[in-house]
Parts: sequence; C-alpha cells; structure tokens
Amino acid sequence: MGAKFFVSRYNSEVDAKAHLQEFTVVVPKGATLLDCLNIIKWEQDGTFSFRMSCRSAICGSCAVRVNGHARLACKTQAADVIVDGEVTIEPLGNLPVIRDLIVDLEPFWESLERVKPWLVPDETKKFDRERLQSHHDQLKIDAASTCIMCGSCYSDCNVLNVDKMFLGPASLAKAQRFVFDTRDSEKEARLDFLSQVNGMWDCTHCAECSTRCPTEAKPLERIIELRQEAVNSGFTNNNGARHVLGFRESIGGFKGKGGGGMLNENYLPLRSVGLSLGGMLSLLPVGIRMIMRGKNPPMIPHIIDKIGEVRKMFRRFDEYRKEGEK
Amino acid sequence: MRKHDVVIVGSGLAGLRAAIEMAGRVDVAVVTKVYPSRSHSGAAQGGVAAAMANSSEDSVESHFFDTVKGSDYLGDQDAIEMMTKDAPVTITELEKMGCVFSRDEQGRIAQREFGGHSHPRACYAADRTGHALLHTLFEQSMKYKKNITFYSEFYLLTLIMEEGTARGITMMNIKNGDVEVIHAKTVLFATGGYGRAFKITSNAFACTGDGIMTAYRAGVPVEDMEFVQFHPTGLYGQGILMSEACRGEGGYLLNGKGERFMEKYAKSKMELAPRDIVSRAEQTEINEGRGIDGKDFINLELRHLGREKILERLPQIRQLAIDFLGVDCIDHPIPIQPTAHYSMGGIPVDVDCHVITDAEKTKVPGFYAAGECACVSVHGANRLGTNSLLDASVFGRRAGKAALEFTLKAKHEKISEADEMRKAKKRLDDLLVTPGTESANDIRTELKETMSTHVGVYRTEEGLRFAQGKLKALRHRFKNVRVTDKGKLFNTEIIEALELSNMLEYSEVIVAGAMARKESRGGHARVDYPKRDDVNFLRHTLAHRIGDGAVRLKYKPVSITKYQPEERKY
Ligand SMILES: Cc1cc2nc3c(=O)[nH]c(=O)nc-3n(C[C@H](O)[C@H](O)[C@H](O)COP(=O)(O)OP(=O)(O)OC[C@H]3O[C@@H](n4cnc5c(N)ncnc54)[C@H](O)[C@@H]3O)c2cc1C
Ligand code: SF4
Ligand code: SF4
Ligand code: FES
Repeated sequence: MGAKFFVSRYNSEVDAKAHLQEFTVVVPKGATLLDCLNIIKWEQDGTFSFRMSCRSAICGSCAVRVNGHARLACKTQAADVIVDGEVTIEPLGNLPVIRDLIVDLEPFWESLERVKPWLVPDETKKFDRERLQSHHDQLKIDAASTCIMCGSCYSDCNVLNVDKMFLGPASLAKAQRFVFDTRDSEKEARLDFLSQVNGMWDCTHCAECSTRCPTEAKPLERIIELRQEAVNSGFTNNNGARHVLGFRESIGGFKGKGGGGMLNENYLPLRSVGLSLGGMLSLLPVGIRMIMRGKNPPMIPHIIDKIGEVRKMFRRFDEYRKEGEK
Repeated sequence: MRKHDVVIVGSGLAGLRAAIEMAGRVDVAVVTKVYPSRSHSGAAQGGVAAAMANSSEDSVESHFFDTVKGSDYLGDQDAIEMMTKDAPVTITELEKMGCVFSRDEQGRIAQREFGGHSHPRACYAADRTGHALLHTLFEQSMKYKKNITFYSEFYLLTLIMEEGTARGITMMNIKNGDVEVIHAKTVLFATGGYGRAFKITSNAFACTGDGIMTAYRAGVPVEDMEFVQFHPTGLYGQGILMSEACRGEGGYLLNGKGERFMEKYAKSKMELAPRDIVSRAEQTEINEGRGIDGKDFINLELRHLGREKILERLPQIRQLAIDFLGVDCIDHPIPIQPTAHYSMGGIPVDVDCHVITDAEKTKVPGFYAAGECACVSVHGANRLGTNSLLDASVFGRRAGKAALEFTLKAKHEKISEADEMRKAKKRLDDLLVTPGTESANDIRTELKETMSTHVGVYRTEEGLRFAQGKLKALRHRFKNVRVTDKGKLFNTEIIEALELSNMLEYSEVIVAGAMARKESRGGHARVDYPKRDDVNFLRHTLAHRIGDGAVRLKYKPVSITKYQPEERKY
C-alpha cells in the first residue's frame, strides 16, 4: 500500500497562494525522500518542481520542510518521516517561494555576503610555502567549515521569522570560521561587526538551527563560541552584549532562589539598548513585528523550559569573561 | 543581449578558479545551472594530489611518472609534466585563499596514500576535500563580486560559433524561462563530466555532459569519450561514492569467501592499485560467483581501523553508509560495487586549455575548456585518484591566464543575435511544442540500464552492438518525448529533457569509440581484446559529428616525451 504525500504546490505567476496536493507513492525499500519526490515527478506529475543535484548530502540543494521541519530530502529515509501513512513536504521557510518546493535563495546569499565570508590574510607576511596551522587550531574551524549552505537553519530560525535583518545562523557559523582562523587578520573588525544589532547577540538560543543542521556546522554552537570570544576580547559595550547581560540578570539567581528561572522578556530589551529614549524607540519595530506575529512578549514572566541548560551556559559565559579579564 | 569580455560556463573548481584568475582585469561572467557552491566538485572526498613532500619524500618526477603509468600510457606527457609541476604552487595558493586543509603534526597540509601514487601525496580536508576547495573558491568569488557577474541557475543552450571562432553563448534563465544571448570575446567551458548515463553512478544529477555536447553540436570534435572510469567502491545499489581514502587509510576488500582477492590481481599494491585494475578485479569476482552470498557486490572492510580513526578521518563516509544503507562501518563491512565515476574524455584542448580540433592542434580562436569537461589529456585511459581536483585547479588556473591574455588582445566579433536566439529557442520549442507521447523517464531508465550492462567495466563486441542499436532506438523515441510542463518558471522538466538529449547523444559517441577500440586499456576493458595494443591504439580518439548526428572517428597521436610505454604491473 502506498503512503500519502502531501506536497506544496505553487506557481508565483498564477497562484495567489500555495496549496497541498496529495500523491500516493509506493515507497521502495530503502528509498530516500528525494527518491520519492522523483517518483512523483517522473511517474505522476512532470510539472512538480524542486531542486536537487548530488543526492549524497553534500551540495545542499534539496533542503525542504518535512512535516514542518527543514531537512535534506536526499539524506532522509522516507520510512523515517512517514507517520501513520502520511508525510507533508513544503518549501523552506523564511524565504519567498518561486514555485512548488523552490524558494528564492537571494536573501540567504545576501546575508552570507554581509559577514565578509573570505579570508583576509596579513599581507605583510610572505610565505613561499603553505602557512602553518596546528591540528588543534584547525579543529576550531573544522565544524563550521562543513556547512553546505543548504539553508535549513535559515528556514527554521525563530528570530529570522520576526526580523529579516538578523544575520541568521548560517552566516554566523561562517563568520565563526574566520574569527577562529589563525590565518585571518581581521578578527577584531569581524567581532565588532558581529556585535552590532542584527548580529550574534540577537539569537535567542532556540537551537532550531543546530537541530535542523544536517552537518557538523551546528550554528548555535558556533554562535556561542563567537559570543565567548567577543566577551574575551572585550566587545561587551554594545547592544548585543548588554542584551545577554540583561538576560542573565533576568534569569538571575545563580546563588539564591531570587530570579528562580523567571525570564522577564519585557525587561530584556530595556537592558539591551540602555535606558535612552532613542534606544527604546529603536526597539519599536521589532516589538510591533513580534506582536503582529502573535509573538509579543508575555506580560507575566514565564519559566524557561531548560533553565538548567541556560544557566550552565551563562555560568560558562561568566567564567570566560573572568578569564578574559585576567 | 548581454555583453561581457569573457563568459565562463560552469562554477565548479575549474570555472571558479579561472574566474578568480581574471577578476579585475577583464569583465567576467560565470554562467551556471546550479548555484556555485552546489557544483559537483563539492562532492569530491579523498584529496588532491601534489608532490609537497610534507609527510615523506616525494618529487614532481615521481608524480609525473605515476600519472603516466596510471593513464596506461595514453596520457599526454607534456601536459602531465606541466600539471605535476604546477601542482604544489596551485595547492599553496588555495591554502593561502583560506582552504581548510587537515594538518599534520608540523602544522603542514596533511597528506595521505592514494591508489597508484607511490608516495603519500593526497592533500586532504578530512573526507570532504572537494567541498573545502569549492567553498574556498566560492568565498573568493564573493570577494571579487564587483568583478565577476554570476548567472546562477542559467542553463547553457548553444555555443555561438561563426567563421570558426567562438563568440558567445545562449542560455535559458531557469528562474523565468527567458532565453538570452551573451556576446563575448572569449568563451570558456568548465561544465564537468558525463557519468550520469549509467545506472550505478557516483555522479550528481547535473553531470550530463552538457558543455561537451554543446561544443560537439557546434562542430568541435570530442576526444576519448569511451574512457569512463568505474570507481571500485560505490555504495551497493546506489553508486554513491565511498572514497578511495577508505583504502588509503587501511581499509580492504573481501569477496564472498572472505578472501582479500586483490592479492591475485595486484600483489604489491593490493587495494591501492589504480582504479581500473581494482574495478576489473571486483567485477571478475562478482561475475565468477564470488560476490557476497553470490550476489553482485563485495565488502569494504573498515572495522579494524577502529572507531576513533574512522570518526576523525572518514566521518562523511560513515554517515553516508548509515544514511543510505543503514550500515555503520564501525561495526559492519560496507557492501559495495563498481560505480561510474569519472569522465576521462571531453573537449580536446592543448596545455593552455585552448580548444583544438585535430592532430595538428588547430585552435578554435576564443574557445577554451578546463576541468572534467576537457581532455588535455592528463588522465589518458585511467585517472589516478586525487588527480582530477588537481586537473580542475591547475588547468582552471592556466585557462584563466591563457584566456586573459587572449581576451586582452581580442575584440567582440560580429554575431547575429536574431539568428542565435532562433537556434536556441528551436531547441526548446522542439521539446515544448510537440505533443509527445514518450515518457522521458522510461527513455532515461532504459538508457542507463543499457550503458551499465553493456558499456560498463567489461565490454564486448556483441554487447556494444546491442547498445548501439538500442541507443539509436531511444534517440528516435526521444524525438517524440512528452514534456507536460509548458510553464516558464523553474521548468525542471524541460531542463531534464535537455540533459537527457545530451546523455543520449554522448552515449552513442562512447559506444562508437568503444567499438572501434579493439584493445583493453585503462577504463576501457574489452573481454574479446583483453590486451593493450600499442601498435594500433596508442592514440586518442577524436569523434566528429556529421550530418544529423552520425559519429565519424578520427585519431590523434599521444605525446610521449619521456616514458616509453611498458607493461603495467602493480
Ligand atoms: C563522488 C565524487 C568524488 C570525487 N572525489 C575526488 C577526489 O577525492 N579527488 C579528485 O581529485 N577528484 C575527485 N572527484 C572528481 C572531481 O570531483 C571532478 O572531476 C572535478 O571536481 C570536476 O570539476 P569541474 O570544475 O570540472 O566540474 P564540476 O564541479 O562538475 O562543475 C561543473 C559546473 O558546470 C555547470 N554546468 C554544467 N552544465 C551546465 C549547463 N548546461 N549550463 C550551465 N552550467 C552548467 C554546473 O553548474 C557546475 O557549476 C570525485 C568525483 C565524484 C563524483
Ligand atoms: S539558536 Fe539562534 S540562530 Fe539558531 S535558530 Fe535559534 S535564534 Fe536562530
Ligand atoms: S549551518 Fe547547517 S543547516 Fe545551516 S546552511 Fe549550513 S549546513 Fe545547512
Ligand atoms: S541533492 Fe545534494 S544535498 Fe541533497
């Protein structure tokens, strides 16, 4: 018996909005989701469109949302995502759709270009052979360098959902790769740029990006490394860093029960822009957007789910800061 | 009509490397059917060869000789010498651009063993070397954004040739279906290989020989197309590559009786003999009933390497086998079979990547080619592992330099935009306007089945004859192919049909070359002519297109500067 595939259909030339179309596919044993999409295209409806190339999880073309979450179609066994005989496949989120499962990737590439994603070597030093880099130093940039630019993280990032100006997880992971590259000469300038509004401090650690990432790039981990490095290097006097310090005070109580895991999101933005009128006004657009998306901060502070985890992170953050001061 | 000094088609290693070489000096356009970072170069795993001598003694001379021998003496020695000499500086440059290479204890670029190379000379980035190189060049291309115009997701339709010179291309904007002309002083093709015509293949969907066939249809001959490399370790049933690095790191091959059968075929090099030899050995074991459980696969054994080494050196390989077959190589052997992998043949070029058309090396002014779509020929009848990333990098760079020099002196020669648009649109209309009854999918499936069965690791007169007949019939059926999508926006169905037409046409060229070559050499193994025949076939095939698609074969001598052909033993 076949499984029901609900796939998103849309043609920006003619359709006002997308709709789900049902196809029945007899899934061959061991078939990937990409195999199934091809069965639909090649045997049932030639007009069904999606991207693919390598079919071995390295080119990043085939990322789509499966049952609501981004993943690579070619890396996913169909059987693993068919629930009660059904699966829903939609285009990536946070990007305009061109047709069916194909999104316009320009905003994604543009965000990448903003982080100046190329090595800036120290031109005064000349080498006639390759430059040396210890195995240990190379490992610091290894994870970020596995990114295949599939856009899965971009699709599912909660901040991008409300603020399209946010650099986004993939770009930040890419930035980590240069900040930590011993061969790069612009670490400070990079950290400074990344510390601005829309940069690394705007991430809310929801961890969607790392959960969806099909490689070892795992953006949230890279973002945390960037933040630690920024604090170590003294980049604390900026909106982004103040934001995180406010956050820290808000969840408070490493010792006593005081803050007890209460996150006061209303208080957060104030801390992060300082108490100037201009600063508060600068928050308005974000706040309005959040309210429009039903994401307005709740008036009553809520208990953070994984308070233990978050505390651990901030404790580390504090330790790093102390080390940095030494 | 758009106008640029140079148009490069292809944004893999070769295309991007060439673009970067020219950026800022002339106005460069790069046309690519997938976004640059999605080019097939990114799939390369094991490494890139250069006699850096980082981890042991090595020399350019040794790399030169290994490559000549690996090519089964069909490689052009002037070109091989050039490539191996350029190798260390090319790799050093890529490192300076920021490529994230794996490092040894001294902090130098780490190097590992690879089949057919007599020293550890494969520079690598874990098991994703191509990815590391491609993304480095992609990063650099963003740095030169002002100097390079990218046409990403544009599909090459035709090469504009007038009075024997290349003057531009036509292309389709995949995003909106528009057909456009690029008028250029210089055209450079870097469109990759043609491994997609086989059922079991390591190649991406995009590897459909588009550039090679576009040149061929414009009147340029194609060289040595019958030489297709079958890689010994493709994931069973899929063909997805398990890098040779698995064997470089110490993995070995076992048949159904649990024997390391390579002992019988290449006693000294064992599993690290060149690919043609290992693939033939595997196929022989399988054909003689010694596959695992008598089936058509054998086992790649990695368990003895231990968890730690596998996780550090071969993480991607492990993940692929888990994702696609549910096999974790830390605990189980990986079932594998030979898989179509690399295209030795392509557009004939000289050592500066200038396209040539005959034994006298007559040039096509303004037309260059580099990377897997070109045939220099540095790989001859069999490419050594890690030599093709090198080929793409070295010759991408050389092509950039040569094309730059040419362009600086050239001007835009006249073209007729209307004529060119008409020709390009005709290619599309032939597919769109006809009602069509034949399923493209059926044609493609039968094509791949035919090529894998009859034009695979082993070939016979009888099988090739059958394939020839079958291909002719498929070509005929294709004239009546059904394209249901008549829309303009991201019409992937029409792209696939165009790619299929290329696959059908080059498959016929492969078969023609293979039938005429009555010998066994490198990737071309004839059961009925099991020996290499230097008297009659130490020469390159040049296939010309005549009339409405018939193939006429001519030949071109091999450049032998230093090493006389001898028997190949490993
Ligand atoms: C799985 C795998 C592993 C490999 N591992 C290794 C290895 O370890 N070491 C090694 O040396 N080699 C390896 N190779 C071979 C090597 O990767 C390739 O030979 C090399 O990368 C080719 O580079 P290229 O730039 O010529 O072409 P590609 O990277 O294939 O790029 C082709 C470009 O042309 C464009 N293009 C094609 N057709 C059109 C069209 N119609 N219109 C517009 N644009 C078009 C594509 O968009 C793409 O940008 C491997 C190959 C495979 C398949
Ligand atoms: S952890 Fe940060 S970057 Fe990642 S998805 Fe969540 S908000 Fe976006
Ligand atoms: S970080 Fe991960 S999810 Fe994001 S683009 Fe890179 S590989 Fe994809
Ligand atoms: S097709 Fe390349 S990542 Fe899936």
